[in-house]
Amino acid sequence: MFDIDLWREIFQSINMNRTRSLLSGFTVAFAILLFTILFGIANGLQNTFAEAFIDDANNAIFINSGKTTKAHKGNQIGRQIQFKNEDFDYIKKEFDEKVEFITARIYKNFQASYKGEQNVYDVRAVHPDHQFLEKTKIKEGRYINQNDLNNRTKVAVIGRLVEDDLFLKTKALGKYINLGGIQFKVVGVFTDDGGDNEERKIYIPVTTAQYLYGNNDYLDQINLTYNPELNYDQALAFSTLITKKLKNRFSVARSDQRAIRVRNMAEGSKAVSQMTVGLTFIILVIGFGTLIAGIVGISNIMIFIVKERTKEIGIRKALGASPKSIVSIILLESIIITAIAGYVGLLIGVGVLELIGPSLKEYFIKDPGVGNGLVIGATLTLIIAGAIAGYIPAKKASEIKPIIALRND
Amino acid sequence: MLLLINQIMLKIHQLHKSYPIGGSSLHVLKGIDLNVEEGEMVAIMGSSGSGKSTLLNIIGMLDEADSGEYILDGLPIKNLTEKKAAVYRNKFLGFIFQSFNLINYKNALENVALPLYYQGMKRKERQEKAMFYLGKVGLTDWAKHLPKELSGGQKQRVAIARALAANPKLLLADEPTGALDSATSHEIMAFIQQLNDEGKTILMVTHEEEIANMCKRIVRLKDGVILEDKKVNQIRAEEYV
Repeated sequence: MFDIDLWREIFQSINMNRTRSLLSGFTVAFAILLFTILFGIANGLQNTFAEAFIDDANNAIFINSGKTTKAHKGNQIGRQIQFKNEDFDYIKKEFDEKVEFITARIYKNFQASYKGEQNVYDVRAVHPDHQFLEKTKIKEGRYINQNDLNNRTKVAVIGRLVEDDLFLKTKALGKYINLGGIQFKVVGVFTDDGGDNEERKIYIPVTTAQYLYGNNDYLDQINLTYNPELNYDQALAFSTLITKKLKNRFSVARSDQRAIRVRNMAEGSKAVSQMTVGLTFIILVIGFGTLIAGIVGISNIMIFIVKERTKEIGIRKALGASPKSIVSIILLESIIITAIAGYVGLLIGVGVLELIGPSLKEYFIKDPGVGNGLVIGATLTLIIAGAIAGYIPAKKASEIKPIIALRND
Repeated sequence: MLLLINQIMLKIHQLHKSYPIGGSSLHVLKGIDLNVEEGEMVAIMGSSGSGKSTLLNIIGMLDEADSGEYILDGLPIKNLTEKKAAVYRNKFLGFIFQSFNLINYKNALENVALPLYYQGMKRKERQEKAMFYLGKVGLTDWAKHLPKELSGGQKQRVAIARALAANPKLLLADEPTGALDSATSHEIMAFIQQLNDEGKTILMVTHEEEIANMCKRIVRLKDGVILEDKKVNQIRAEEYV
């Protein structure tokens, strides 16, 4: 197969007919360029969606309470439902099998200060599992632990931006931060992919908050993640079951939508993943359409080239070229032009994505780009495409009768 | 007088060929008988439509006869596959065309080396050989020139070198001087005569009486049959130069 003379012949033919080769290459390069950019933008859109939902674990369930909107079992309308520690323990025990992580939340809003700097921050009193539910990443130090809960220690884990705001250029770890008049020791600093807002939060142990601010055992919200092995339907059934049990526990009417609210992230994540699949499909259809147009284009040009080279092919045949050698010379030329031009298109496409990528962020396109797999796949597709595009013209060329080709004109 | 029994190079017996034209068919060759011995130089003459080009194409294996016998150097030429025809053309035949038919993006040397490439000869060897034949036609200095940089006579000399490169048994020339002025024509004819002197068998289609008379034998065709087949006294082309 590897015949250096054949390659020499092909490169000579390409080189000596530059305009022709450039023209046919242009079609393919342009098709691949469009394909790459489209694909990159699709990836960018997907990244945006993924990021929008990355903040929380997507197997999470959030349980909130509110006022009743229906009278039930002798209770009046407008009764405030309040979660307490016992409810947290109940859920933990009742659904032990299906629960992966569970945490309560108490929302506070404090003026926080360190030395001269001060600002107002959301403070969340949580259990240790909260770290995994919120996908909090510890940058320095540690997160809230069970020991903190047991001893009601006055410790805080602060966001990266809180450290930036209050501690300026210095390290916050080990220093004391004033939260609503009480000193808390900073035991950890965290980052969060959920954005700036998430990094302006402060976490403290749930028991400490209950003890210091009101001395009760109230909880504002209970969040949990279910066993990731549950499928979509099982996950929905699980949240329905929680809703039912809690409504019984608090004597809330089954049709009451306000008193106990259970939000299952699975519903949202399913919609997002379906949308992503749809988007990918559309992009693939458009991309392959472009690619096919490119192949048809090069096939057309190859047919034209064969017509233009009829005489040359006739001469070659008269001099003893076998049909096979004619097919291989045309086919390989087509493959080489397609592969090189396609690769150039790919490089330009990747370059364009790199260049315009950052400025597309405001159009919901984040980090547009194409993966290595796609690059390899596209290269292989190109070679196959070149072979398909070249085959019919090559076959046609091999069938040229030298006598017709050599007719004096 | 010394009687030389030469080997038969070409033997054609009752060759027929017709082309379909619309609904009917045109009978171009109506039973041609022709023997050519080794070392002969034959001119095939006839007006256009006489079938002379068709005959040359069949001899050149560029076309196939409908019926009849064609034996080239003892080898029957019949029912050739395209591949086989390509091999035979390459091994046995050298072509010289009216319009030279050089490949325009290859230089003189590469054009001459092309039949050797199709023989599967190594690059170095074929360049040496091509250079030798270019030297033979006096174009050593023009080896690296493209056809468009050569004059008509030079182009035809490159084409002759190419035809010779594979050392064929039979040289076929289709109006080799048709595109040349008379001075250049004589120069080319002198060269072809010289090849014949060296022993090459040459078959040439022409419609010029003067060129035909520079061969050793003239076969006249009319309406697909041989009208006349006679040996002539060769006029040397050098006389005109």
